[in-house]
Order: sequence, then C-alpha cells, then structure tokens
Amino acid sequence: MKLTLKIWRQKNASDKGGFTTYPVDNVSKDMSFLEMLDVLNEDLTEKGDDPVHFDHDCREGICGTCALHINGKPHGPLQTTTCQLHMRSFNDGETITIEPWRAKAFPILKDLVVDRSAFDRIIQAGGYVSVGTGGIPDANEIPIPKTIADLAMDAAQCIACGACVAACKNASAMLFTSAKVSQLALLPQGQVERKTRAEKMVAQMDAEGFGACTNTGACEAECPKGISISNIARMNREYYSAALSSQNV
Amino acid sequence: MSWVSKTLSSTLGRKLIMALTGLFLILFLVVHLIGNLQLLLPDNGESFNLYAESMASNPLIRVVSIGNFAFILLHVIYSILLSRYNKSSRPIEYAVSKASTNSSWSSRNMGILGTIILIFLLVHLKGFYYEIKFGEMPVVDYAGVTYKNVFAIVAAAYSNLLYVAFYVVAMGFLGFHLSHGFASAFQTLGLNHVKYSPLISRVGFGFSIIVPALFALIPIVMYIQSL
Ligand code: HEM
Ligand code: SF4
Ligand code: FES
Repeated sequence: MKLTLKIWRQKNASDKGGFTTYPVDNVSKDMSFLEMLDVLNEDLTEKGDDPVHFDHDCREGICGTCALHINGKPHGPLQTTTCQLHMRSFNDGETITIEPWRAKAFPILKDLVVDRSAFDRIIQAGGYVSVGTGGIPDANEIPIPKTIADLAMDAAQCIACGACVAACKNASAMLFTSAKVSQLALLPQGQVERKTRAEKMVAQMDAEGFGACTNTGACEAECPKGISISNIARMNREYYSAALSSQNV
Repeated sequence: MSWVSKTLSSTLGRKLIMALTGLFLILFLVVHLIGNLQLLLPDNGESFNLYAESMASNPLIRVVSIGNFAFILLHVIYSILLSRYNKSSRPIEYAVSKASTNSSWSSRNMGILGTIILIFLLVHLKGFYYEIKFGEMPVVDYAGVTYKNVFAIVAAAYSNLLYVAFYVVAMGFLGFHLSHGFASAFQTLGLNHVKYSPLISRVGFGFSIIVPALFALIPIVMYIQSL
C-alpha cells in the first residue's frame, strides 16, 4: 500500500506545532498501525530527521498508552486501541491524518505525545482502598453477587487510555472517572471510603480542567474497552448522595 | 465555601441544575400545550379566554409563573457557564473530526439549539405575554362579564404567515433540543437502569416529536382559518 500521512509535529510543549506530510510506500495490510509508524521512523532516522514521537508500550491492547487521533477518531476507525488497529482498515492511496489527543488537561509534550498525568492525580485523589487487606482471604469469605461482580469487573476494564476525553466535544473525563469510582463503589472493600472517594475524585477531575458532561455518548462509542455510560449515571448518584450525606462540610 | 455552593459549582452540580430546570420546563411545556390547544375549540375563543382569565387571576399560577421565569433564567445562565467552560477544556480543535460517527447532532449542538429557542421565547413573550399584561387589549363579553380577548390577539398574530413560519421552525428546533435533552436529564440525575432507560429514551423520542408538532399545529390551523 501507498499512503500519505499528515502528522502533527510539535517540538515541545511551548512550540506552536503544525502538520507535516509524509508519503510512505510498501506498507503491508498486515502491519499494525504502530508498525507502520515504526517503518516511517526508521526512514526518518536514516535520513537524519527527528523521528515522530508517539506513545506506546504493551502493543497488545492492555496498557492504554497508544494514544493517537486517527482520521478524526480516537484510535482510528475501529473501536479498539491503536496498537490493535491494522493497516487493512485503510485503503491504498489514502491520506491519514494523525493528531494528538486534544484537551487542556492533556498538554502536548512532543509531536503526538501528551501528558496524561491528570488521570494519575484523579486516581491519587481517591481511586484506591486504603485499608490493609492482609493476606489472601479465603474464597467466598466476602460473598459478592455475580451480577455485581460482573459490573465491577466491566468498570475495572478501563485502561486509562484517554480516548473518552479525546472523543468528547467537551474533553470531559467523566467516563474514565466514573469507571474508577464504580469499580470500588460496587464492591464491599470500597464501602468505607465510598462517599469521600466520589467527592474527591470529582473535585480533582474538575481541578484538572476536564469539561462537563453533555451526555453525548461519544466516549462510550469510542472506548476500546466498551465502558458503559451507565457508570457515569452511577458516579452522578454517588456524588449527589455523598454531597447530601457525607461528613465533609 | 459551604458544601452547598461547592457542590453546585462543580461540573456535576451545574449539570444537576441544568437537568432539574430542563425537566421543569418540560413539565411546563405540557401544561402550556394543554392550555393552548383550547385555541382550536370551535367556540370563537370563549373557552380559551376564560382559561386565560382563570390563569391570570389564580395566585398559585402566578407563583408558578415566577418560578418558571426563574428556571428559564437559571437554565440559560448555567448553559452559558457550562458551554464556555466546556469550550475552554479543548482550546485547540482537531483538524479532522468524525464526531457524527459517535454521537447525535442534537447532543453536540444543545447550545445552538437553546439559543434559537431563547430568541423564539423573547419574541413570543414580547408578542403575547407582554401585550396581554401591559398592552391595550381588546375586550369581549361572556354572560355580561367583560374579559380580555386574548384569543383575538393570538388570531391576529397567526394570520401573519411570517410569524407562523417562525413559530413552526422554532418548534422544530425545540424538538431537536428535546430529542437529546429529555433522556439526557434522566442520565444526569443518575437514573440509568437496564429496565427503565430504554423506555425513557422512547418516551423522550416520542415527546420530542409530538409536543412540538402539536404546538406548531395551532398557528398552522389558525392561519388556515384566517384565510
Ligand atoms: C422550553 C424550553 C427548554 C426546555 C424544555 C429545555 C430542556 C432541556 C433539557 C431537559 C436538557 C437536558 C439537561 C441534561 O442534560 O441534564 C437541556 C439541556 C440544555 N439546554 Fe435546554 N431547554 C429549554 C430551553 C433552553 C434555552 C433557552 C437554552 C439556552 C439559551 C438552553 C440551553 C441548553 C443547553 C446548552 C443544554 C445542554 C447542557 C449540557 O448538557 O451541557 N435550553 N435543556
Ligand atoms: S473509559 Fe475507556 S476510553 Fe476512557 S480511559 Fe478508560 S478505557 Fe480509555
Ligand atoms: S500500546 Fe498498550 S494498549 Fe496499545
């Protein structure tokens, strides 16, 4: 395949940045999207040019690092991670536009790499259980109904990729935050800090400058892990009831 | 900051205000529609004029109407606050965006739709509410009692094709606003459930077509009657 790549290049956080166009040849349909970029970067390096910086780690769809906005959609045309996207999803001769996630809370570091530590700070604000859990408990010592366990596990699938923020017209982090609130609110271990957690995580989400939710559903449609917006409704419930009944005046 | 103002100034708190005021306005639309449909009764406006008089003289309705204005104002103020905040959360837009593949047009344009509704509301209030309250009104006698002939000024307005067209088009935009807003308000309140959410979506969809259509029917029929 022959392709034309229009890639966002930006030297550093304060650079203005802009698109550069690269023609690429000999792309195999079986390559993953990241392998295709590897080939481009090899060429650039051989020519003595600065390779395109992009984030990636596991390359097997579990770490959430590979954040690229491809042809107008987070992670490209399929509902998956960029590392699991293959070139057969594109046509020979196509122009592919590659942009970084765009959000005030995700400042660009270089080229396509954005700083997603805002997510870490939301987790640090309350996305944990701080009671000592001791050794591994006996199975079934704490009974959890299967339906509830399933909902918690569904929420826990979130890999913090940030596609929800990237897809949302408001750059809102509601889907991410609500998945993290939900996975603990649903389980017995999460009950002790339940109210404080909802309040603190929402406060941190706002402090980072993520937008508010308009319930467009774009996040759910683009989430590679299929996190449901029913988690957002759950977080709203958690937050409103915490506001009314927590001890934090 | 007290916990109340802290909660209400958070993004979720602001959304809560949008949802509650929006739902109140939806309820108001239903009551308003039932009243308006009396314009179509074949009695030359008698029941509508009697109804208008009973509304104007009922103290409870006056309290509700003040609340209604307050809620519209709150809905508009918070829509401006939220829209501006949301815009600032993405200072640089994407060069290429395929948002239409992941969300509905209405859901992405609630601010524009709301602004058009607001313009309509202002024209509507100036034309009817203001005239009826403070303008020179024609009067009519029923069984020896004199009433303001509200029906007459409505009929006069709806004999103007331009006004009718404006009204009908505005109702179209209201329909789009509601096609997202109705179900969205429930989601904001946290009311999302496998059993009820599909029903809420269907009711919202039906509501967003039927209610604006019935509102629009009134000026259309009255225009035809005026010919
Ligand atoms: C009869 C008139 C109106 C009704 C029944 C109505 C109803 C609603 C409802 C139910 C929502 C959903 C709330 C939620 O998502 O939780 C909504 C959202 C919204 N409305 Fe209205 N509305 C009306 C007029 C207006 C006006 C006049 C404006 C603005 C000038 C406006 C601007 C908005 C905006 C911007 C949103 C989206 C807020 C967000 O989710 O970020 N609306 N409306
Ligand atoms: S909710 Fe989905 S899209 Fe958002 S960060 Fe988690 S996995 Fe990514
Ligand atoms: S690189 Fe880990 S999910 Fe794509």
